[in-house]
Amino acid sequence: MSVDLDTVKRVARLSRIAVSEQEAAVMADKINSILGFVEQLNEVDVTGVEPMTSVLPMDMRKRADEVSDGNKADDVVANAPATEENFFLVPKVVE
Amino acid sequence: MTDLTRLTISQARQKLRDKEISATELTDAYLGVIDAANDKLNAYVAVTHDKARDMARASDARLAAGQGGALEGIPLGVKDLFATEGVHTQACSHVLDGFRPRYESTVTANLWADGAVMLGKLNMDEFAMGSSNETSYYGPVKNPWRAKGSDADLVPGGSSGGSAAAVSAFLCAGATATDTGGSIRQPAAFTGTVGIKPTYGRCSRWGIVAYASSLDQAGPIARDVRDAAILLKSMASVDVKDTTSVDLPVPDYEAALGQSVKGMKVGIPREYRVEGMPQEVEALWQQGIAWLKEAGAEIVDISLPHTKYALPTYYIISPAEASSNLARYDGVRYGLRVPGKDIVEMYENTRAAGFGDEVKRRIMVGTYVLSAGYYDAYYLQAQKVRTLIKKDFDDAFAAGVDVILTPATPSAAFGIADKEMSSDPVKMYLNDIFTVTVNMAGLPGISVPAGLNDQGLPLGLQLIGRPFDEETLFRTAHVVEQAAGTFQPQKWW
Repeated sequence: MSVDLDTVKRVARLSRIAVSEQEAAVMADKINSILGFVEQLNEVDVTGVEPMTSVLPMDMRKRADEVSDGNKADDVVANAPATEENFFLVPKVVE
Repeated sequence: MTDLTRLTISQARQKLRDKEISATELTDAYLGVIDAANDKLNAYVAVTHDKARDMARASDARLAAGQGGALEGIPLGVKDLFATEGVHTQACSHVLDGFRPRYESTVTANLWADGAVMLGKLNMDEFAMGSSNETSYYGPVKNPWRAKGSDADLVPGGSSGGSAAAVSAFLCAGATATDTGGSIRQPAAFTGTVGIKPTYGRCSRWGIVAYASSLDQAGPIARDVRDAAILLKSMASVDVKDTTSVDLPVPDYEAALGQSVKGMKVGIPREYRVEGMPQEVEALWQQGIAWLKEAGAEIVDISLPHTKYALPTYYIISPAEASSNLARYDGVRYGLRVPGKDIVEMYENTRAAGFGDEVKRRIMVGTYVLSAGYYDAYYLQAQKVRTLIKKDFDDAFAAGVDVILTPATPSAAFGIADKEMSSDPVKMYLNDIFTVTVNMAGLPGISVPAGLNDQGLPLGLQLIGRPFDEETLFRTAHVVEQAAGTFQPQKWW
């Protein structure tokens, strides 16, 4: 399978990465080189093989459902580009 | 006076305990050589002079009181991927500009709790995506090694290129690193250093910037096998903040050194004899086999039939996980923000300006293979092949193999801005052909220097072990090291 220019632009949009026409063309070449390389996986017979979701057979550890951390609003927003009173500021979303 | 930066961790540890040297002297010695060398090597992206001196003073106080920890006063470098409280943490990406976390990664917290001293943050490929350290926003790291009679700059490998270069050039006593497809073992091989990727789950991933969560593991890069064992002992732990960290006691890895490999079964996988592999790599492999045989190990030929599919599987699974993990860099919560006419354009502009080409490529490949209509053909297929890759190893170990010996890389270090590598991403990916299988199966792997090629550049051998059997890796790597010796670059910087 290979991707065309429109697919690259659609995937860029899904990835939330702005691309120019020119960049998309360069990306298409390189992405197609990668997709060409991974194509060989199709020749592997995977009949009856379970997909791997964890390299080690482990049950996820769970903890008691209680508050164990918090009250760190200042820390949470400390690195944000724009904040006001411990809120993240973003461009207007709802008209 | 001897050059304190030439001491290994085990040597410095002894001199500190015996009060022959102080942690402050040792730290100042390192800060001095970093300040003199870093313009040329570009191994550090941030040097924490004040913090290092404060930590060293505290170490001296603890040593004086007889309360020194396992790494008391040992100056270390930290890969920029680890969150360090109040200190530059950007995964060497533009998108994390100015990010100074309010928390400390579990691995680095473990090191500081044992008394280690932080010298600064080390250069790396952006978000650990690369095999040459050339994708860093902060520019490439130069390998301290050069070919005989040449002054051409070589890459230190990647993604932990800054870690490997700093250890090799004596700019830190040891370094933290991470390995998703070979990012500890390949740069270690390119710089004549020792690097171990422990079993998935051995070190906590908490506070390490995530690339591909089912593959990422932290580990040390060190000057010799003993130092690597000392560092891993401190780095490893179970952690309630990482549910994939394993609740198993951390062994005293150093105690495994010097133990015999007599009767040990060493597997030699025939599929690692790849087309186009240089004669020098094949010769090194044969030399490694001969050393282990002389030490009493039994050499057995084994087959890992799905080896050739490991790299293509990796280039579906790791971008898929990356596309999800890197969704958080949106210009809202941290780092760079580039404005747009609305919030979506702000996201798009921020990510277009903040990510480098290789990172964008992997996010987009990951988004594509996870998208509707392609998920089964790519992602699900890759997850199934991953099961088969792991089964190959399971079968080999079930048949009685204790450890697997392979080359670490298909070549020695190559030049910065290599034309072939930069024109085709797949050429660069092939660097990890021998290391990536280990991540796919979650196993431990160590790269140990085993010799120099005709050009005088280091080459490494890789040992792969059973899950959580890092001790066998240290024991066997030590035998290789005893036979091969250790290797230091000629100083030109």
